[in-house]
Amino acid sequence: MKANSRNWPIGLLLALILMLPTLSIGQEEDAFAAALSQLKTASTSDRSQAIELVAAVKQPQAVIVLQALLDGRLLKLKSTDQLVIGTESDIGYQLADALDAKDLGTVERSATQKITLTNSLRTELRKTIGRLQLNDADAAIRLAAVNALAKAVDEDGLAMLQEHLNSEQDEQVQKAIKLTLGLEQLNSPSKLKRLEAIELLKAHADQNIVNRLNELVEKDDQGQYVEADSDVRNAAKTALVSINSDLQLYAGIETLFFGLSLGAVLVLSAIGLAITFGVMGVINMAHGELMMLGAYTTYVTQQLMPNHLGLSIVVAIPAAFIISGLAGIIIERGIIRFLYGRPLETLLATFGVSLFLQQTVRSIFSPLNRSVTTPEWMSGALQINDFLALTWNRFYILVFCLLVFLLLLQILKRTRLGLEVRAVAQNRPMAKAMGVPTGRVDALTFGLGSGIAGVAGVALSQITNVGPNLGQAYIVDSFMVVVFGGVGNLWGTLVAGFSLGIANKLLEPYAGAVLAKILVLVFIILFIQKRPRGLFPQQGRAVEG
Amino acid sequence: MKKLSTTLRKLGLVSVLAGLTFVTGTVRAEDTIKVGVLHSLSGTMAISETTLKDTMLMLIDEQNKKGGLLGKKLEAVVVDPASNWPLFAEKARELLTKDKVAAIFGCWTSVSRKSVLPVIEELNGLLFYPVQYEGEESSKNVFYTGAAPNQQAIPAVDYLMNDLKVKRWVLAGTDYVYPRTTNKILEAYLKSKGVSKKDIMINYTPFGHSDWQSIVADIKKFGSTGKKTAVVSTINGDANVPFYKELGNQGISAEKIPVIAFSVGEEELSGMDTKPLVGHLAAWNYFMSIDTTKNAAFINQWHEYIKNPKRVTNDPMEAHYIGFNMWVKAVEKAGSVAPDAVQKAIIGIEFPNLTGGTSKMLPNHHISKPVLIGEIQDDGQFSTVWQTNTLVDGDAWSDFLPESKPIIADWTAPINCGNFNTKTKKCSGQNFK
Repeated sequence: MKANSRNWPIGLLLALILMLPTLSIGQEEDAFAAALSQLKTASTSDRSQAIELVAAVKQPQAVIVLQALLDGRLLKLKSTDQLVIGTESDIGYQLADALDAKDLGTVERSATQKITLTNSLRTELRKTIGRLQLNDADAAIRLAAVNALAKAVDEDGLAMLQEHLNSEQDEQVQKAIKLTLGLEQLNSPSKLKRLEAIELLKAHADQNIVNRLNELVEKDDQGQYVEADSDVRNAAKTALVSINSDLQLYAGIETLFFGLSLGAVLVLSAIGLAITFGVMGVINMAHGELMMLGAYTTYVTQQLMPNHLGLSIVVAIPAAFIISGLAGIIIERGIIRFLYGRPLETLLATFGVSLFLQQTVRSIFSPLNRSVTTPEWMSGALQINDFLALTWNRFYILVFCLLVFLLLLQILKRTRLGLEVRAVAQNRPMAKAMGVPTGRVDALTFGLGSGIAGVAGVALSQITNVGPNLGQAYIVDSFMVVVFGGVGNLWGTLVAGFSLGIANKLLEPYAGAVLAKILVLVFIILFIQKRPRGLFPQQGRAVEG
Repeated sequence: MKKLSTTLRKLGLVSVLAGLTFVTGTVRAEDTIKVGVLHSLSGTMAISETTLKDTMLMLIDEQNKKGGLLGKKLEAVVVDPASNWPLFAEKARELLTKDKVAAIFGCWTSVSRKSVLPVIEELNGLLFYPVQYEGEESSKNVFYTGAAPNQQAIPAVDYLMNDLKVKRWVLAGTDYVYPRTTNKILEAYLKSKGVSKKDIMINYTPFGHSDWQSIVADIKKFGSTGKKTAVVSTINGDANVPFYKELGNQGISAEKIPVIAFSVGEEELSGMDTKPLVGHLAAWNYFMSIDTTKNAAFINQWHEYIKNPKRVTNDPMEAHYIGFNMWVKAVEKAGSVAPDAVQKAIIGIEFPNLTGGTSKMLPNHHISKPVLIGEIQDDGQFSTVWQTNTLVDGDAWSDFLPESKPIIADWTAPINCGNFNTKTKKCSGQNFK
């Protein structure tokens, strides 16, 4: 396999040289069709040969086919055995003929079969595409091609880049090529050239450059410097110092983002509890299971609309709110309202409810986890540079968490329900005397808290398993955040969630994930000893009552 | 809604059936051979173990259709230890003393097996354990039909080292006995192959860990030095989904840093969004995608039994398939279900596995198995990229840990010992830490 992948570029060149003059346009099309059919039928191990054949066809369509293959969009129609390129659309795949890009309408996802790849094929394919696209008319594509070649650079690639540099007009592409060549120049026997290369490279944040510079200042096994010349070593050292200070900044930003996003998950899972536990004083052990219901709602909406993955998440938000909210109201009316003022019994009863809900889900959906697909716009990362990337799903959850928080704050502040909730929470008998229907308010408040838990479940379905045990994983964290933030205070929950998230992420690199969690818990226990009412305690007479 | 009602009906049917077997069981206790099934049907492990319970019921059903065993019908006694480790011991005791089962098929986690061990030894029962585990154990009463470390972890590392030329290693695991022991063995093995300490990164996370951002970022940094890096993952169960999602989102593809997993199989993949996993690896002794007639027949039988053509088969299911059939053959050979007779008879018993070879029960109570390495495809199946030419014999005591190197297990005369020290020529007795 290895030897093959080394030798094939030469084979490819030979094939090109032999084929080009002799093939007329028509013959070339035939060759393309033949190559495609081989790609379709080849077993995984023979596929590399088929890829070569496709690449050897000098047609723009060949590159499109290879790119589609790399992206997993090259499909075989199950009905006609035809090779097609699929684009995700609302109702399935929008198909185009792989041979001539002719539009073939749309089909259901299940009517097609993907042409599969292995890792070695994927690496090979990336290089092949890089080579083919180096002459593309679009500068952006050329830049991508140069970067693809630079990631796994070899002698052929370097020669190709060197040659291409002369004809390249676009500045950015030129720069990218120069950087790649600069890295190579560090191997040059001339001291001047090496210094020149360091000068060129030091202004760029690129992992390859940092690695290469680090190598220059290191000693090898015999205790000798890899780079014999001390001037070059010093230049590399100075370059590294300036790059490293940048790296530290990026690392700081990254940790902050990680902390905030962990915090956002904590806040989301705790904020519903901040209402049921914080405002109403109900120790709801089934809170996690209400989140689980929300996550399963996401799964069901995705099953109902399999071709609108992105939209299904949006639809799932209100659906989860309603379902978990209704479940909450049923729990409140059916069980909890008989147990007000008896926290221990509430705890046991809701624990029973949580077991009941888990087993119900096991019976309906099976004990296996369900797969919830992440829509395209939520996967991947915002790549700022080689060292800093912010993942989209975490980013959206952070934004979503803040939106939910603000919305909830507005509901409690500006609506009649909010007013009544606060009145009942502060002084139940007085509120009742003023004509507030406390029973209905209790049910609605519990429903609101539960509904928010369901919404949190939608967010969780994007980052973790959707299974019967989903809730258990988050219940302890939720209580922790609410207690730490101060019972009955939404702002406290927000601040507590984010600070715990950041604290956890600051500790993790030094202490490891297990110890970091323990340290945070110990800290909270100590903190609660000192301030039993949390960060932002509720004040006033109501507290004593 | 239709699904709900059929599921409910199925539930009803199961409970009625369970009731029936119980009744008939007590009536005709003498004309059946009882087989205990000790798998969690509720709690955290239900996700993996329920399938094995169904597999056992299917195998027993099949054997009864062939006319039972020794002229008697087999009868499954299913108990639910509810993912509660002490309850495993209690239920095992109940199976052996109250139901008087001839053999028990069960357990998944190592901690549940360790909990059952004293009971099964005290009452001289038989336990068939179908899951890959950390080794360092061989009991007279337990048959290990899953992989020992030398049948999964070591070949996987060899593959990465020789075929993918991996130079830097991340050993990531969940914080409990299986990953800790496996990683200890792997670390010793890597060092014996000349990998320096700074090229090994070991990381443990709690059960169900869901926030992998910093760890994945660390792995990314660790793997960015230009040397080929791979992750050897003993991450268990539910923590895998967020782990692979984070890898995908942070742009770590299988081409850059491949992850080889020992706990991710077809069953786990069926509950995952496979997009971020494509190209990552797993090492097992069986894949559902293996193309043999035996495997096709097994999958077919499973689909018919479970009445759902979408259900997958996996490695521990095959282990139960082999273990159960070996037990049947041993009982036939011994002409009795008495534990001592079966223990003697089963050593050396051969049975064809589903991947085309013939597995054999070895004197150390482990079996010989092929080792397969597969790349995950986006349909949740594996495409085999490497496999051993011959079957590998399971080794109970790792040769790469200095303290267990001289120890062997051999349950045949004259040694008759699960931890015999070849240096001191002493059997240290059933001393399981």
